[in-house]
Amino acid sequence: MRREAALSAAVIAVIFTAPGRLPAVAQGAAAPSAGVAPIAPALLAVKVVEENGVPGVPQALTEKPGDPQAGAKVAVDRRLGNCLGCHQISALGNEQFHGEVGPSLDGAATRWTVPQLRMIVVDPKKIFSDETVMPSFYRVGGPGRVRPEFQGKPILTAQQVEDLVAFLAAQK
Amino acid sequence: MWCGGAIAQDALEHPDWQGKGFAPNVPDHPLREIISGLAFRTHETKAMQSDDFNNPGFLAVEEGAALWSKVDGAAGKSCASCHQEAVQSMKGVRASMPKWDEKQKKPVNLEQRINICRSENMKAEPWKFGSPELTAMTTYVGHQSRGTPVSVRTDGPMKPWFDRGRQLFYDRVGQLDMSCANCHEKNYGKFLRADFVSQGQTNGFPTYRLQTQRLVPLHERFQGCMFDVRADPYKPLSDEFLALELYIAWRGLGLPVETPAVRN
Ligand code: HEC
Ligand code: HEC
Repeated sequence: MRREAALSAAVIAVIFTAPGRLPAVAQGAAAPSAGVAPIAPALLAVKVVEENGVPGVPQALTEKPGDPQAGAKVAVDRRLGNCLGCHQISALGNEQFHGEVGPSLDGAATRWTVPQLRMIVVDPKKIFSDETVMPSFYRVGGPGRVRPEFQGKPILTAQQVEDLVAFLAAQK
Repeated sequence: MWCGGAIAQDALEHPDWQGKGFAPNVPDHPLREIISGLAFRTHETKAMQSDDFNNPGFLAVEEGAALWSKVDGAAGKSCASCHQEAVQSMKGVRASMPKWDEKQKKPVNLEQRINICRSENMKAEPWKFGSPELTAMTTYVGHQSRGTPVSVRTDGPMKPWFDRGRQLFYDRVGQLDMSCANCHEKNYGKFLRADFVSQGQTNGFPTYRLQTQRLVPLHERFQGCMFDVRADPYKPLSDEFLALELYIAWRGLGLPVETPAVRN
């Protein structure tokens, strides 16, 4: 039940500006002992647009369109999305060990629009609640005590997010 | 993946943990049912733990027994010089740890208590955290409480430590932004990629881990879980882990000590 998107859509936040130096306090962790603030990688600006009360990210994070097959790999890889750690995904039925912590992602594209799917991957707290256990995959800052090698970095790159979104958009 | 790792055998069998616990008998307890981590393991793992001849953790119990009566340090004493038979003198000790120490003005856990005895009463070097000696002695002393219900005190001077521990349990940390509670309160019993998550109870420690094939002390487990959510873990025997150990022991009040437990 989407009304004229252009009218109801309100830009509610630009959560990342890029590229730049991230203040160490944003990590909530103790400042690195060497006294050098970590340099944030080129995090792209993510523009959150609310549509009928549901936030979404309508703009793709990369110019190169997402590749659903690459997205499937990101969903499986334990060092990347590890989505399968928590979700069941029938399209990845040849993989073992589908987690039970989150709901099945079968038919996700029938429940969410592409901007909403992108929002869920980028920062699910914006869609569900701050209480969700699902990690924010393209957000920097927030939690404390981030291990030094991950400080100032999102879990996934912009391209990996787009690949995942393409994969999710195919789950009908 | 995060905490655990692939143990294929557990993936094949949904554990029958429901109804295997008991209702907490303190008000405002966060869990409806208190359940040992054992209930979330396979029949095979349970059988291994319950058979002392097959439980690999007993190697450490034997090593600890030998160290118990071994003279060490400038005072020319062994543990047995002061405590005689561990079977009697150490019964129930593990179940009440961490405990307030009036001299240190802070709670101490079993590892720390053992090292206090070494440096003060034996005039011996304290054992390093994670050393085979300290883990074996912790296992041997802990084993003397097997079956005793966990019964830590959280009042008086322990109260601020308890509160700090609770805060740490709910703190979201690491790049994955997760708390202990995210896994061990919200999602126990569920399959998380390669493992069934338990309540993160402490009654089995040190536990023999099939994955690493050795006994793992509690604070190493804490570190592992933090590391896996890409957090910078606190140090073993730090005030933070002491507080966390106290708080989680309270979450498991009444669970029987299982040392040495067998886990993934
Ligand atoms: C640690 C657990 C966890 C991980 C890892 C995780 N999720 Fe989730 N996810 C959840 C939970 C739990 C929910 C349900 C919302 C809630 O209750 O917070 C959810 C909800 C979702 C939804 C909406 C489900 C629907 O159809 O209604 C999508 C889409 C989703 N996740 C995608 C992903 C993708 C893609 C990844 C990997 C990049 C991922 N998730 C990783 C826990 C997780
Ligand atoms: C991403 C999920 C996750 C998070 C977050 C997590 N753990 Fe764990 N933890 C596990 C898994 C999986 C296991 C292995 C299965 C089991 O025994 O529960 C485990 C095991 C444990 C155990 C061993 C339980 C036993 O019976 O042997 C303890 C204790 C524990 N965790 C404590 C903690 C503490 C303390 C924190 C927070 C600092 C924490 N965990 C955070 C997933 C997690």
